[in-house]
Amino acid sequence: MPVIIDTEENTVIARLSGEIDHHTAKELRTDIDLAIDRLKPATLILDFDGVTFMDSSGIGLVMGRYKMLKPWGGSIIIENTGNQIKKVMRLAGLDRLAVIK
Amino acid sequence: MNILNEVKMSFPCKSRNEALARTAVTAFSAQLDPSVNEIGEIKTAVSEAVTNCIVHAYRGRTGNIELVMRILDNNVLYIKVRDRGCGIPDIKQAMEPLYTSAPEEERAGLGFAVMESFMDKVTVRSKEGSGTSVTMTRKILSDKADT
Repeated sequence: MPVIIDTEENTVIARLSGEIDHHTAKELRTDIDLAIDRLKPATLILDFDGVTFMDSSGIGLVMGRYKMLKPWGGSIIIENTGNQIKKVMRLAGLDRLAVIK
Repeated sequence: MNILNEVKMSFPCKSRNEALARTAVTAFSAQLDPSVNEIGEIKTAVSEAVTNCIVHAYRGRTGNIELVMRILDNNVLYIKVRDRGCGIPDIKQAMEPLYTSAPEEERAGLGFAVMESFMDKVTVRSKEGSGTSVTMTRKILSDKADT
């Protein structure tokens, strides 16, 4: 399983793992979007702890979810990013759309 | 520049092969003893170049991607990713950060920006109707202070 979804009231937590590229992002976003559609959460937490690699497909993944949450003012929190992943996120200016911890 | 070592690979433009290309470049560049940070950045650049071929050059059609990896003098890693796809009509526009011609696929428009920031030099040659080649070099420093 590349993603484990936990839900708490008003919050969807997606624990991502493995490599995020154009190939794997499709499957990840399908699973996350099911939970978002169902719960319309105020907060989406993306936990990158188990992610060993990410290219700009991961940026597309975060930006796409940001657009999904926007209609009801939901926000995104990104947790546990390693060095290489942080570098790609910084390059994309993702800190303007999400809280990066 | 002398070519001290060279490997050429060709594979079909299946998204599964993005991981294969990263693994190949990791294995090949190991002989230059890169740091964890260096190899992470090189892998990311290669992943972007190969993804561009799949998403943009071939757009769901079949075709092959050619990956050429070389070791040059002075610890320089050379990588060429070539396709025979549709070509890029406006290279300058394609390389602009956040420009994408495939927003419906959730592409962020950052492929070339990542390649340019993670590699020392990126050269793009393209001809509409006959394909694109992306050449990248990166000097591997022996300083392991960043690991």
